[in-house]
Amino acid sequence: MRVLVNYLDALSMHGPRLWDGLLLTIQLTIISGLLAFVVSVVLGLMAGSRKWFVRIPARFIIEFFRGTSLLVQLMWLFYVLPLFGPSLGAMLVAVFALTLNYGAYGAEAVRASLTSVPQGQWEATVALSMSWPHKIRRVIFPQAWALMLPSLTNLWVHLLKGSSIVYIIGMSEFTFELLQLRRTTDWFFSLAVVGLIVYFLIALVLTQLMRLLEARAKHKLGMGPSLKEILSPVPKIDTTPTKDTSVSQPAGGVR
Amino acid sequence: MTMALFAAGSISATVDTPEIDDTTSFWRWDFAWEVLPAMLESFFKVTLLVTVVGTLIAAVLGLIIAILIRLLPRPLSILVTWIANFIRMTPIVVQLLIVFYGFVWMEPMTIALVVYGVHYSTYMSEVYRAGIDSVPRGQWEASTALSMSSGRTWRRVIIPQALRSTVPSLGNYAISMFKDTPFLISISVMEMVTTALEIGGFTYRYIETITIAGLIFLVASYFTAVLVNRLEKRLAYAY
Repeated sequence: MRVLVNYLDALSMHGPRLWDGLLLTIQLTIISGLLAFVVSVVLGLMAGSRKWFVRIPARFIIEFFRGTSLLVQLMWLFYVLPLFGPSLGAMLVAVFALTLNYGAYGAEAVRASLTSVPQGQWEATVALSMSWPHKIRRVIFPQAWALMLPSLTNLWVHLLKGSSIVYIIGMSEFTFELLQLRRTTDWFFSLAVVGLIVYFLIALVLTQLMRLLEARAKHKLGMGPSLKEILSPVPKIDTTPTKDTSVSQPAGGVR
Repeated sequence: MTMALFAAGSISATVDTPEIDDTTSFWRWDFAWEVLPAMLESFFKVTLLVTVVGTLIAAVLGLIIAILIRLLPRPLSILVTWIANFIRMTPIVVQLLIVFYGFVWMEPMTIALVVYGVHYSTYMSEVYRAGIDSVPRGQWEASTALSMSSGRTWRRVIIPQALRSTVPSLGNYAISMFKDTPFLISISVMEMVTTALEIGGFTYRYIETITIAGLIFLVASYFTAVLVNRLEKRLAYAY
């Protein structure tokens, strides 16, 4: 009992700082996540291009940032870049490193999902003489989007987990504050109970949100229930008559 | 000049670094050349060791987890699944710190091997699970029809077929474990990047050490990726 009171005391004393650290971690996750998404779409489209002068630079950038480790990029931007370039603050360094590293991984996911859009769809856009932006925006990307979302979700969780190392360059994010809490409380309480569980909850929220986004993307392609049906508290009773598989589908399929 | 570099626990490294007065010039080949042996030493002694042993632990433990989830009764298998999810979705840095501060009597290197092995085993168990699921139902039924015991079915029929499709993914996780080893800086294990920073801290020259660390990572992960790709192609042909 007394131990518990001590814990709660320590928590209320460190509460505001922990909260600040948590907010910083969430900020890093969201800002770098969104920027990394932009980077991965741009690089992914470039890497999927047929023109070599577009594809080769993109491949080079992707392999470079995937191949060197996140911490190396962090350290390089923090210690080496100021020697000949701008001295970015710790926050900018963290955002840049997380963006570029996970953006490069995301680019591979984007490229892979672009190539798994059926060939017929690409050919159809040519047959309809659509312009490049038009066909990507209206035909290819919506289909690739549903395919790439699961890997992007994974990468976003990776980014959240990777953001726990930026305390090394002096960012007072959540892991840093947890380490501070360790000084006044038991290690297990601060690191294991508070730390891991909070990180896990954030990751769960991220994955559930992305799952909704995926359901929406699939619904727009004519697959699966809509968001409204998923989120409605009343379970929907399946009233559609069971399809007789022996009857041949009309040409054109179920779309 | 010989410097005993600080390191937690009993791991300590001694690095010979040249006297450097000049901290302003951009890139110095002589300095890069001088620090290269120390960097390579920590690469082979720590980074590579953690990756190889960690991968072995993760590969075995992952298979055990995947089979346990399949074999245990439902409530227990759900429990194991959630524990694995929990380990997978929380940062390895915090996990390292927990074991580091919680089990102070453990060698930092042992902590590294255990934590990396366990963390990545949760990823690999997912790969194995997919592999086991991809074994056609007919194989299970045939084993039953031949009245094979459960153990024999797993050992002789299911696992050999499940493992084949998992090798490339396991290789990819080994590569990503390799690129995660610099996180060991949080428990002061002298792996390559930590060595780079230590040398930088004494000589005020970071450019050579950190760049070399990055290049070594790039080269090593490129060659492993090529290797994994080849393996993937060969396994695809073997069918």
